[in-house]
Amino acid sequence: MTTTDQQPEAARQEMQVDIICTGFGPATGGFLTTLSRAMTKEDGTPAFESKVMPGMLPQVICYERADDIGFGVSGVVTKAKSIRESFPDFDPAAIPMTHEVTEEKVVYLLDPVGASRRSWLVKVADNAIKLFKWILPYRHQAMELPWMPPFLQKHKGIITSIGQFNQWVGNQLMMSGAVQIWPGTPVAKPLIEDNKVTGVQLADQGTDKQGNPEAGYTPGMDIKAALTVVGDGPVGVVGRDLDLHFGLPEGNHIRDWAVGMKMVVDLPAGCELKPGTVIHTLGYPEPEIFGFMYVYPDGVASLGIFVPSWFDNPMRSTYRYMQHWIQHPYLWRHLEGGTLRSWGAKSLQESGRRGEPFLVGDGYARIGEGSGTTNVLTNSGVDEAWESGVQLADAVIELLEKDKPFTKENLDETYVKRRRASWLDSESRIAQHARDGFQKGFITGMFTTALVGMTKGKLFIPFKAKRPHDRIPTPEEYYKGRISAEEIDQIRKECRSKGLTLHDRLMEKAGWPEIKNDGQLLMSHQDILLMGGKVQATGNYADHVTFVDPRSCAQCQTLICTEICSGQAIAPNPEGLGVVFDREKCVYCGACIWSCSEANKDNPEYSNVSFRAGAGGLHSAEN
Amino acid sequence: MSTGFHIVVCAGIVPDPLQTLEPVSGPQGWALKNEMMLPACLDPWASHALFEAANLAKNVSDSKVWLVTLGPKAKVQQVMMTMAQKVPFELVALDGAANGFTDAAETAAALANAIEGIAGLDKSRLLLFGGWESASRGAGATLQIVGERLGITEQFQGVDQITIKDNGAMEILERVEGGSHQVSECSSAPAVLGWATGNLPEPPNNSQIGMQNMRLIMPALQKAPATKIGTADIAYKGIELPKQQRNTRIVKDVPVEEIAREIVDWLRG
Repeated sequence: MTTTDQQPEAARQEMQVDIICTGFGPATGGFLTTLSRAMTKEDGTPAFESKVMPGMLPQVICYERADDIGFGVSGVVTKAKSIRESFPDFDPAAIPMTHEVTEEKVVYLLDPVGASRRSWLVKVADNAIKLFKWILPYRHQAMELPWMPPFLQKHKGIITSIGQFNQWVGNQLMMSGAVQIWPGTPVAKPLIEDNKVTGVQLADQGTDKQGNPEAGYTPGMDIKAALTVVGDGPVGVVGRDLDLHFGLPEGNHIRDWAVGMKMVVDLPAGCELKPGTVIHTLGYPEPEIFGFMYVYPDGVASLGIFVPSWFDNPMRSTYRYMQHWIQHPYLWRHLEGGTLRSWGAKSLQESGRRGEPFLVGDGYARIGEGSGTTNVLTNSGVDEAWESGVQLADAVIELLEKDKPFTKENLDETYVKRRRASWLDSESRIAQHARDGFQKGFITGMFTTALVGMTKGKLFIPFKAKRPHDRIPTPEEYYKGRISAEEIDQIRKECRSKGLTLHDRLMEKAGWPEIKNDGQLLMSHQDILLMGGKVQATGNYADHVTFVDPRSCAQCQTLICTEICSGQAIAPNPEGLGVVFDREKCVYCGACIWSCSEANKDNPEYSNVSFRAGAGGLHSAEN
Repeated sequence: MSTGFHIVVCAGIVPDPLQTLEPVSGPQGWALKNEMMLPACLDPWASHALFEAANLAKNVSDSKVWLVTLGPKAKVQQVMMTMAQKVPFELVALDGAANGFTDAAETAAALANAIEGIAGLDKSRLLLFGGWESASRGAGATLQIVGERLGITEQFQGVDQITIKDNGAMEILERVEGGSHQVSECSSAPAVLGWATGNLPEPPNNSQIGMQNMRLIMPALQKAPATKIGTADIAYKGIELPKQQRNTRIVKDVPVEEIAREIVDWLRG
């Protein structure tokens, strides 16, 4: 008798509401803030009536997977023009870890350890900087760029923590009483009937890791609604399922990604950095890896790196690279003696407008990062996501006022039309080819970004984006000339037999210095999960990361999913081939989805990793 | 005549247990550094009490559950977003400090006053639930004092189980030494039950329950009275965090006995 047989099949309940939102981030924040203000008239009477509960306000419910609405991850620098329009009296001081931008720098970091893999062109640039360092703004093995391109500037903008910002927005929304936000409630999938989205199904509770019912089995409820607002981000299950079902518009793709990993740090006493300082870095630890540091009030800073999908390194451990990055002399002079407060990681959809899905359909609308709002030229996403939510709310209000249904036609006429006529769309059109050059390397990428930025998108070089799994080399190919294939094979065998990843051994073999843990900023990957990420997984849910075809994993030579895994949740299987997943360590960054080197056999636009919704993850509101 | 219970659960909020806490002294007395930035949850002991209360109310007809809490309103609101999905209750909120440095007697007085003010509460049917300990302070005194101020003489602490017998009496299991329970019989309400962990698992999130609860929770939060529970007149001779040493090691397939032996050796060392 199987476990399933032992448990009586519990009935799946159904609930009717008016509007469902999936995922609580800036886009949903913008949507709910705008909508909730229009729900009641000035005299306090309802402006609209619920279709499912006559006599009451429309029932608007937002489901958030994480255990708290503030457990998002992102250090943010943004012009905040849409956010300020929503909050005309916006005062950064009202939100912890928020400040106006006071100073911006772009810094090119040279390689102080000699292990970075730099092309000959980058080496030429490095040598030129060293040769003329007496007349250049060169110090601490870095060069501060004397000029910052206008498209990168966030003058008069703000820096903030997305966790704190989401808490601030969420608290105001909840106090309005007009909408409800439910954290700790993962959505399993959208409900689609005859190509119409009719709602969502919540994740089953009381199951084993494979999803089989156990004691306390509660089937996830079917929540039906006239409109499902999809704002669950780039790795959200509802958005990804809709992409799979409806496909993407002709010519669009979601092939460019990055994982951002960050730390929040108590700066050491005497640190000279002023609140509002924004530092962008490039050049180190590898030319393809970009970094950031935002200085908050009270001696706190948010800092981290982005590892992109076009960084063709099968050993791309974000955590290891971040440890080297923070120790660069230009940064370490500010950080040494500081203490970790928080840590986290998140995937970013870097295709921007070219990753835009069908924005609307019968019964649904897409907003935020998963709808392609991120501007890949200005490196800005939060304000854009917020604006898309505001635009959809304005459209929904218009349709409610006219008592029109949420059909594709009506949503096209209201939401999509607004979006196409707005700065959000025009700026994203300028930006859409900005990252194309990075398909061919760092120098080409910088050139094409500058070209697009300086000509406002009129000139560009349209390099075709490869699928991530089409560009991952083997460790033998990547380290050719530095580590022999025999040595790599030996290291692979030793590590795999112990369930360990390869990157530490291979990076140190290639010249990267060993990390000397200090217990304050430099610590083991496991310790940063506990001390910085405070990672926790609730039981009773099925594993949300699964491997579609285990045979592909068994023959995979890179196991890149284990190397990039931000939480060491995916590890080589020490008892055989392939990998094992430990959901108690997963931080839901989603890097495994797009880093996998094996194509999905049914749809080569996807990989062999399936990423579903589940509860738990980071337990820090400071990220 | 109704026989159901009126169950009032006293439950504070505490920082999410995974957070790093740092006591700081300021003009208002002692507090936690960045207190308002720390994610919070319902005190784990009190959470068990709430789940037990809901279970009892479900099984004894005409019973009702109130949750009385004292904490910063914004943080209480956040916690309610999660707790409201678990079990049905009506919230009574007081807006004040909940950082562990408050005085138990002051807190108890405020809670007792709030309970006295609950419209429709029948004190002859009152079961006062709460945690026998708290994650924010180990005194475990608050609930007892609330009970005393309400004039309830039947008090049980470290409760793991309550069973309603056919004659309406309550059989209560309290924890005693050596993993045993003391079994008491209490003929009727009112009574105070300070819960240990109980036997019930955390209920799954349920959107329907959440929607029902939130209709009353938001108005309760909006009218939560400001309640001064200060530490200005309390002098702490010393405050320090429990010392901790980290020595993380990941092992697989090591027998439990061996892990236990290593931990014992480490503690002895």
